Amino acid sequence: MSDTLLTPVVDDDGAPFWEYTAQGELRIQACANPDCGELRFPPRPCCPHCQSFDSEWRRMSGKGRIWSYVLPHPPLLPAYAEMAPYNAIVVELAEAPRIRLVGNLVTEAGAPLNSVDPSRLKIGARVQVVFAEIGDFTLPQWVLER
Amino acid sequence: MAAAALKDATAIVGIGQTPFAKQLPESEKTLACRAILAALADAGIDPSEVDGFASYTMEETDEVEIAKSIGAGDVTFFSKVGYGGGGSCGTLAHLASAIATGQAGVGVAWRSRKRGSGPRPWKNTAVQLPTPGQWTRPYGLLRPADEIGMLTRRYMHEYGATRDHLFNVALACRNRANQNPAAQMYERPMTRESYMTARWISEPLCLFDNCLETDGALAAVVVSAERARDCRQKPVYLHSVAQGLPAQHHGMVNYWNDDPLSGPAWTAARQLWKQADFGPEDVDVAQIYDAFTPLIPLSLEGYGFCGRGEGGAFTEGGALEIGGRLPINTSGGGLSEAYVHGFNLITEGVKQLRGTSTAQVPDAATCLVTAGEGVPTSAVLLRS
Ligand SMILES: [Zn+2]
Repeated sequence: MSDTLLTPVVDDDGAPFWEYTAQGELRIQACANPDCGELRFPPRPCCPHCQSFDSEWRRMSGKGRIWSYVLPHPPLLPAYAEMAPYNAIVVELAEAPRIRLVGNLVTEAGAPLNSVDPSRLKIGARVQVVFAEIGDFTLPQWVLER
Repeated sequence: MAAAALKDATAIVGIGQTPFAKQLPESEKTLACRAILAALADAGIDPSEVDGFASYTMEETDEVEIAKSIGAGDVTFFSKVGYGGGGSCGTLAHLASAIATGQAGVGVAWRSRKRGSGPRPWKNTAVQLPTPGQWTRPYGLLRPADEIGMLTRRYMHEYGATRDHLFNVALACRNRANQNPAAQMYERPMTRESYMTARWISEPLCLFDNCLETDGALAAVVVSAERARDCRQKPVYLHSVAQGLPAQHHGMVNYWNDDPLSGPAWTAARQLWKQADFGPEDVDVAQIYDAFTPLIPLSLEGYGFCGRGEGGAFTEGGALEIGGRLPINTSGGGLSEAYVHGFNLITEGVKQLRGTSTAQVPDAATCLVTAGEGVPTSAVLLRS
């Protein structure tokens, strides 16, 4: 059992996402077929719309809205139990509402997962991506848009 | 044509179970053998006649061990169905197909699990899968309760469902468990106050929105309709069977398709009703997979008992109780009888159509049994 926060167990399809976050960029996989160009998440080998294996990683604005959220309470893994109740949120991206990312709402990049008062969590609230280094990874996190 | 070939072609003629408890001393293998031998004795079929097996991919006891322990003969069909509790009714569907097409004559489906004694599966960080765990677990979305809680919050937001609706589900299951001496929650009544003040697990889900942790095993015996007429028990026919994996579905973390709140139930339901001689309005009693209370309103919508977004309101006015519009989970279900990946919902469906349930629906002749919603799923329509 882990005493630290979990870091992503990356697969081939997901690796570029984490390489871009390490550079402070939120990029989503998109079909590179010029007749298609559909975004897709989670990443996968080929496009479910046109079956092309050509893909690119399109930069997002990092703006979105809270689609839903939970407040987990114990029993939890130790590092998470220490912060409970904390929030986990799903964010729909402003330019592609059907692309949704799981994350945490925090007061600032790198702040604990329980740093925002739960009363401030609202479905539809506008949020902006920030990046936090956790272990060897850079994770996207979210702050309320000011 | 192929659909008609399966309709009522096979029947469940035997069911068996062990006691249910938070902890049982015997091994999963021993419990599995006890449940299977009880089911065969119930059917009046000698174990040497068993030539087909079906279980879940998560089942830890395999056909080799089971077959040699119970004294099965030559086995000519065996299969495993994936996705945890989504596979429960799929085991019957696979056996029905195998028996109807002559690949086997006597099929056994089973599930044995010491989830009560064993570790909570989500605690094992070593086996977290890269997809989709890399997109969820670092953020503390660790457990099925967190993943389903996320969909529940959105469902409540979109359709105005409330905690009282979830309580109606928990209460119906608990009331039935209090009629069932085999249930883990027998003689443990629930009140609205005890529900509303229970500790949170993952807001908006509290302790009583979550299924039990159980040690136990169950089994069912399936044969052809023709053979069923000569068995000891009244046959319960597999009228229609279906599995369901919707387009662009993502498992329990189904946040990434166009419509995350219409889950696998909708896909399984379309296939199930297409093959059936009757519809949702003709279902006398239902056993609906209840790992979490919100799966009931979602499933009621998916299987066509009400319209989209109406699942919460459907639970009002005692609709899920005996005498209500649709009595559900009449043994207590996963919430209050036992959580063995939904196999007790199958055996309870059989008991209802035999007329032997501890919470019998008068003259029940049709029963829907569903598997886990929110994961690739399965369902069966039983009729007497
Ligand atoms: Zn494409």
